[in-house]
Amino acid sequence: MSDPMRNDGPPGPSPEGTNGGADHQQFEWGESLALSANDVWLSFDSEQALRGASLEVAGGELVALLGPSGSGKTTLLRVIAGLAFADRGSVTIGDLDASHIPVRDRRIGLVFQHYALFRHMTVADNIAFGLRVRPRGSRPAKREIEERVHALVDLMQLGGLERRFPAQLSGGQRQRVALARALAIQPRVLLLDEPFGALDAKVRRELRRTLRDIHDKTGYTTIFVTHDQEEALEIADRVVVMREGLIEQAGTADEVYDAPVSRFAFEFIGDSNVVAVEVRGGCVLFEGDCLDLPRTDRADGPALLGFRPHHVARREAQGGSMAGRVVASRRAGGWRRLDVEVGTSRQRLQVDLPDDASAPRRGTVWVLPERYLLFDA
Amino acid sequence: MRPDPLVEPRALRALLVGVTVLFLTVFLLMPLVVVLYEALRSGVGAYVATFADSEARSAIRLTLIVAAIAVPANLVFGVAASWAIAKFEFRGKAVLMTLIDLPFSVSPVIAGFVYLILFGSQGFLGPFLASRGWQVVYAVPGIVLATIFVTFPFVARELIPVMQSHGNDDEEAALSLGASGLTTFLRVTLPNVRWGLLYGVLLCNARAMGEFGAASVVSGHIRGLTNTVPLQVEILYNEYNWVAAFSLATLLLILALVTLLAKNVVERRFAAPGGAHGGGRV
Repeated sequence: MSDPMRNDGPPGPSPEGTNGGADHQQFEWGESLALSANDVWLSFDSEQALRGASLEVAGGELVALLGPSGSGKTTLLRVIAGLAFADRGSVTIGDLDASHIPVRDRRIGLVFQHYALFRHMTVADNIAFGLRVRPRGSRPAKREIEERVHALVDLMQLGGLERRFPAQLSGGQRQRVALARALAIQPRVLLLDEPFGALDAKVRRELRRTLRDIHDKTGYTTIFVTHDQEEALEIADRVVVMREGLIEQAGTADEVYDAPVSRFAFEFIGDSNVVAVEVRGGCVLFEGDCLDLPRTDRADGPALLGFRPHHVARREAQGGSMAGRVVASRRAGGWRRLDVEVGTSRQRLQVDLPDDASAPRRGTVWVLPERYLLFDA
Repeated sequence: MRPDPLVEPRALRALLVGVTVLFLTVFLLMPLVVVLYEALRSGVGAYVATFADSEARSAIRLTLIVAAIAVPANLVFGVAASWAIAKFEFRGKAVLMTLIDLPFSVSPVIAGFVYLILFGSQGFLGPFLASRGWQVVYAVPGIVLATIFVTFPFVARELIPVMQSHGNDDEEAALSLGASGLTTFLRVTLPNVRWGLLYGVLLCNARAMGEFGAASVVSGHIRGLTNTVPLQVEILYNEYNWVAAFSLATLLLILALVTLLAKNVVERRFAAPGGAHGGGRV
């Protein structure tokens, strides 16, 4: 087997080289490899899961794959991992075409939503698994395996739990073990499938930070799948929005949040309002009235006006704004969140106002977006 | 005392408990006691003497041989079938599952006759086999085949739900960590189902040793040669040799009790941390 990606040795230096000065070494991280999926198609039975998805990830980048269920994000991750082979298209890891290399030889760190820990093994044995199953020639010495496990236990703050079984751990601890187990093989790439999906909100936030820290410490190219946009925006260098087997938009958190390429991306990321309007002569008309907004160079015709709930200003009277009736008013952290029905069509908006005394609880308000986007109707 | 709204009235409770106890006593406990009583009614000497008889010894030996072949065979088949059914999608899966259940729904006597028709001297394959000097029916191979047939579903039936509840994540994780298919199977899949497997083997073994109907048809009842313990018990009983019949029957009784005990131990291990497997058992 002369496969260059074969999963049987530490990366970089030869086994002899590492053995030489292994005694006191710290845990050695692998390299940060760039990664790409090129025009990947995949169908299951009659369902087309991926329809030509392409994704470029730079070495050392932390990328979130975001999308509703059924958008193909997990499938794309599985193709990158080698758990599924694409019908068409290729996957490149580093300089290598990995399209036909099976998962066991890709040396990819995988973390699953439900942890997939080996339930009959202790925490320490779980973490050591990937090292112990190596062929004899490239398997680290027993003592070295122990040291690596120890280093990972420390890194993931699992001290004292080494002898426990997965069933005796909390969800957060289990996911830390799963992460440690994936890191133990010095993966080329770290892939996480809804890693925090099964955890409660507080533990989620904690683990998010852990993932970000680990990523910054190890420098591994990392992709994680999530349907939680807050999670994606918070920790990812770049967010990739998927829709129906295709990449809808890829960009930094700022780019996808402030400049969504489509109504789908706009509505999927962050809270949003969409109101049916008409464009005539550069003016945005809401139920016949020209709104007091900067002029648009969009062609005449029906359109959709999109804006964020916190990009809404109150006006004192009708002129150039949307009149609406407050139907609900709730406290949401530092904001007061109003549900407003605007116009005769009674389209419902969400409006976030600073929570001061002037925020109305009932009655009529006049509102106008401060920043807006126009989409095709 | 204030009545507990969630507890039935005292009279109803007494009735339900009474019926259960009566049922258990008449149908389960009394037969056990009768077997022991009849076996020992002429004293321990007569009981022990039963096992000195060469026919009884040969029956015990044959039963052990049959179980020693049938159980491993069904262990291999059961693991392979449940692995295929639980982890892969393929055409004919429903047919395979129905076939696995077939021995449960077919009377063992019919199963025995099928082998008779297939391998008997008038059967489809019998003359061919006989011409090469292979006797299947009325010999040990026939009994082994019939026993394998009736114990076919035990291991597979036990493993399929356990494997299905586990999904493929563990295996995928192991592969991604660099384990080979075989290593994954031996170090992840099998340990995950070990208690279910042991449970299935226990039941399979109990049935293999206790099988009567199918074995009776293909055995031919050749004394000292093709009688298993249950068949020997019947012969002794029909000859009014009650002490010997019941003495031999105590072996099957002990087998049953040991199986139940082992089953309980296994079930307790299911709940232990290292043996727990997430979802409820079957």
